[in-house]
Amino acid sequence: MGMLEAILLTVFTAATPLLIAAMGELVAERSGVLNLGVEGMMIMGAIAGFAFAQMSGNPYIGALGGMAVGALFSLLFAFLALTLVTNQVATGLALTILGLGLSGLWGEAFVGIPGVKLQPVVIPLLSDIPLIGRLFFAQDALFYVSIALVFAVSWFLFKTKAGLTLRSVGDNHHSAHALGINVMRVRYLAVMFGGACAGLAGSHLSLVYTTQWIENMSAGRGWIALALVVFASWRPWRILFGAYLFGAITIMQLHIQALNLGDVEFLPGPIYGILSLLKSIPAQFLSSLPYLATIVVLVLISRNRRLTLINTPAMLGQGFVPDR
Amino acid sequence: MRIEVSRRQMPSRLFAYLSPVIALALTILLGAIVFMALGKDPVQALYSYFIEPLTETWSLHELLIKATPLILIAVGLSVCYLSNNWNIGAEGQFLMGAVAGSAIPVLLPEFQNYLVLPLMLILAMAGGAAYAAIPAFLKSRFNTNEILTSLMLVYVAQLFVDWLVRGPWRNPQGFSFPGTITFNDFALLPEMFPASGRANIGILFALVAAVLVWLMIRRTLKGFEVRVLGQNPRAGRFAGFSSAKMTFFAFLLSGALAGLAGIIEVAGAVQHLNEKLSVGYGFAAIIVVFLGRLNPLGAVVAGLVLALTYLGGEAAQISLQISDKSARVFQGMLLFLVLACDTLINYRIRFIAGQPSASAEGN
Amino acid sequence: MKKVLGIVAAFGIALSASTAYAAMDKVKACFIYVGSIGDFGWSYQHDQGRLAVEEALGDKVETAYLESVPEGADAERAIERFARSGCNIIFTTSFGYMDATNKVAGKFPDVKFEHATGYKREHPNVSTYNSRFHEGRYVQGQIAAKMSSSGVAGYIASFPIPEVVMGINAFTLGAQSVNPDFKLKVVWANTWFDPGKEADAAKALIDQGADIITQHTDSTAPMQVAAERGVKAFGQASDMINFGKETQLTAIIDDWGPYYVERVKAVLEGTWEQVDVWAGMKEGHVVMAPYTNMPDDVKAMAEETQAKITSGEFDPYTGPVKKQDGSDWLAEGEVADAGVLLGMNFYVAGVDDQLPQ
Repeated sequence: MGMLEAILLTVFTAATPLLIAAMGELVAERSGVLNLGVEGMMIMGAIAGFAFAQMSGNPYIGALGGMAVGALFSLLFAFLALTLVTNQVATGLALTILGLGLSGLWGEAFVGIPGVKLQPVVIPLLSDIPLIGRLFFAQDALFYVSIALVFAVSWFLFKTKAGLTLRSVGDNHHSAHALGINVMRVRYLAVMFGGACAGLAGSHLSLVYTTQWIENMSAGRGWIALALVVFASWRPWRILFGAYLFGAITIMQLHIQALNLGDVEFLPGPIYGILSLLKSIPAQFLSSLPYLATIVVLVLISRNRRLTLINTPAMLGQGFVPDR
Repeated sequence: MRIEVSRRQMPSRLFAYLSPVIALALTILLGAIVFMALGKDPVQALYSYFIEPLTETWSLHELLIKATPLILIAVGLSVCYLSNNWNIGAEGQFLMGAVAGSAIPVLLPEFQNYLVLPLMLILAMAGGAAYAAIPAFLKSRFNTNEILTSLMLVYVAQLFVDWLVRGPWRNPQGFSFPGTITFNDFALLPEMFPASGRANIGILFALVAAVLVWLMIRRTLKGFEVRVLGQNPRAGRFAGFSSAKMTFFAFLLSGALAGLAGIIEVAGAVQHLNEKLSVGYGFAAIIVVFLGRLNPLGAVVAGLVLALTYLGGEAAQISLQISDKSARVFQGMLLFLVLACDTLINYRIRFIAGQPSASAEGN
Repeated sequence: MKKVLGIVAAFGIALSASTAYAAMDKVKACFIYVGSIGDFGWSYQHDQGRLAVEEALGDKVETAYLESVPEGADAERAIERFARSGCNIIFTTSFGYMDATNKVAGKFPDVKFEHATGYKREHPNVSTYNSRFHEGRYVQGQIAAKMSSSGVAGYIASFPIPEVVMGINAFTLGAQSVNPDFKLKVVWANTWFDPGKEADAAKALIDQGADIITQHTDSTAPMQVAAERGVKAFGQASDMINFGKETQLTAIIDDWGPYYVERVKAVLEGTWEQVDVWAGMKEGHVVMAPYTNMPDDVKAMAEETQAKITSGEFDPYTGPVKKQDGSDWLAEGEVADAGVLLGMNFYVAGVDDQLPQ
């Protein structure tokens, strides 16, 4: 296995849970619902995935379990924020608090037990292609799901009537309602899709990324997924790009640390220069780059009125109560 | 059966008073069930949760310490939210305030006199406000969503503090452990009643801030402007109010109060700046704002209640030997119920058996 | 138990002749953890120590704990709550509790305080304790040098505090005693606990040529990565053999049980005195998990070194040792001063990393 291939594989693993969770949140936000509880749903998915895999011995059942629990857990948010019209920001935060607590309680019995790993599914022939074969065709099922999600969500949102309905609810729930769209149903489904994705992303953590259950193992990845949605200005393909960029920056930092500049003196001057510069920058500054980049992207898209109108769900975070 | 929610013409006065009672009753009921499921005595559990922390003087001091940052931040945020400015980055403003205020004792340790503390407080407010000005500027100038920019800036602030206390500001005598030098006595907030506990005068700042902001909202033209622009920006503009100016006003005010909370935490209870400062007060305060129903005086009560659940959680851990996870679950549950019950104030909820009503049909 | 009772005599310096306390019928021992007891690392091991106390002293002891106590303003409240709730001895098990522990100790002179890994003892009722984990690291370094074919090991480090730097240096010295050209790559994860990041760090190190992984962070993730990639690794804090049956060479186990039992017992018997304990293999604080997945000759070498350290015949920090910049540090046969070690902020020669300053 070449070094480049190995590094890319690591990046792929780091990016996959971010991608899945962000894709779910994207759909929820496109319908006008801001669910800040991604971290909570993700950690619930992580413990559920682990627990179901342990009990059944089958990691696929684990992943499905993680997904189901994520969706169920998001219903709690949906009931409050949608039916009872509570403030979405506060409700999402409460969901995270609850999720971190519940998962810890549920997971007490699973501490210190090695998990069941979701093994790679090697696709014959294709996986033999140099470099990309190993990267794209010898991965675990959740990797394939994550890529499929990008296609599917993109197609759904922009090429189907249901997708148009969902976006119209997010853009203006009053006129959508006037057109006879059941705003509540659309949003419930969108939130549950977000929950299922966050749960699946969580089970990636406990079944693939690090095959074990550890309390708080999501370690803030749910928040990063939230940031990604905005970074991508609510476009599925940009989320793919963002998730991999995020993953690459995380992994690159570690590699640059382990790198001995003396070993790479053979590299061309500019590349060597960049590497030595990166090695001299404190890790915290590198880590903050993605967040700053997100802000810059936000500013760029919001400066352009047309782009903003097309992409930002105007009703984001606002409750809907039908007038009668 | 289905649930139908419709907006009331006027907020219900009855439920304004009844809702917290219902929420509390439901919490006690559900809590009792949960504790019984865990095999614990529910009465004792609820006692250690809600009563025990209030039975001793020292514990009341601790309650004030814990509530101070929550109240201060929430008071500022309530102005933000009333005026429809969604600042959720108070955690970052809290940290930047703490950094700005700490600059004096850390960088000028020789400068020791009675000017130090007031200067620190002012610097902290300026630091928090300056950091909050970034999302305000981006929103008013470029129409950039402030929820997201303010949230992103939290991470940046956390990393910045981390770098400071491990790098340039690290205590040279601290065996390379992260954290600045311990502040000199002039840089510490005086305790109110040192004989009985360590509560400092920070709580007074919080109370004064709450009253002043409440008066501002209720009794001044500025407060009217806040409410009008929040409820109906169009009407506000017709009245000659500027949304952009309001955005700056709300962000700067809440940033300054969050920054003040930051330095109070550092110069009060912790006594030096370290990377552990960020324990989520900025986020917990958002919940306080809603528990307090966007009212600065409500934030005082809500801040105390939320602080109580932290202390109660500890007490329950000790007396019942339950893990801190169950304490957190209980806290989450309480928040959900309070949020849910407050719906009753502005909305009418009807339980309807059978068919969906006409309004929900279609698609 | 016998060897345990030697601690105070051997390493502890009784810092003040404290007054004799009366014996008690029952002791309440309380513990404050920085993480969750479910971390299977640092806090988990301290809680195992608490359970050992319960087992050893039975109904003569009552224990309580608070987990996930932040090291900021909340620590002092948690400690004070314990002091007020009838605890006779309180173990505060993270460095960040240092100031809070001393502050509360001043207010409660009758309660005994034991602070792990700190250096401040401002009142006669405060003891500090820590373990000489670097002894185990030296043995690991020797094993690594024997087992590695690439001659490079990867070290996942948390924060550049003396404790961690000491471990990195001891590992390097151990490895160089076998293979003078041995290289050690270090990645600073800047966290004690983030399974994902630790796993990523392990992968990065392996990708850059390390075929032995060791860590000074708390989760079992690096061990699993090593198992997947088919390289060997060392466990940390607890025996991680379940996470790498064919991967773990050995593990440094933090066994706080013996110390906790001894100290609680001292309170019970009225013989508690202030100490500053820095104990290692000899006293049973640093325990090596079984040597597995290695040839017999390597195992024999490891056992021999362990025996020498345990008997006191050998100290890992024995000269000649040069610093990373090439200057002399320890002369032939010279043993490092404990004070220098406890404030260690430099690398020895052979570490392929720049110490973050």
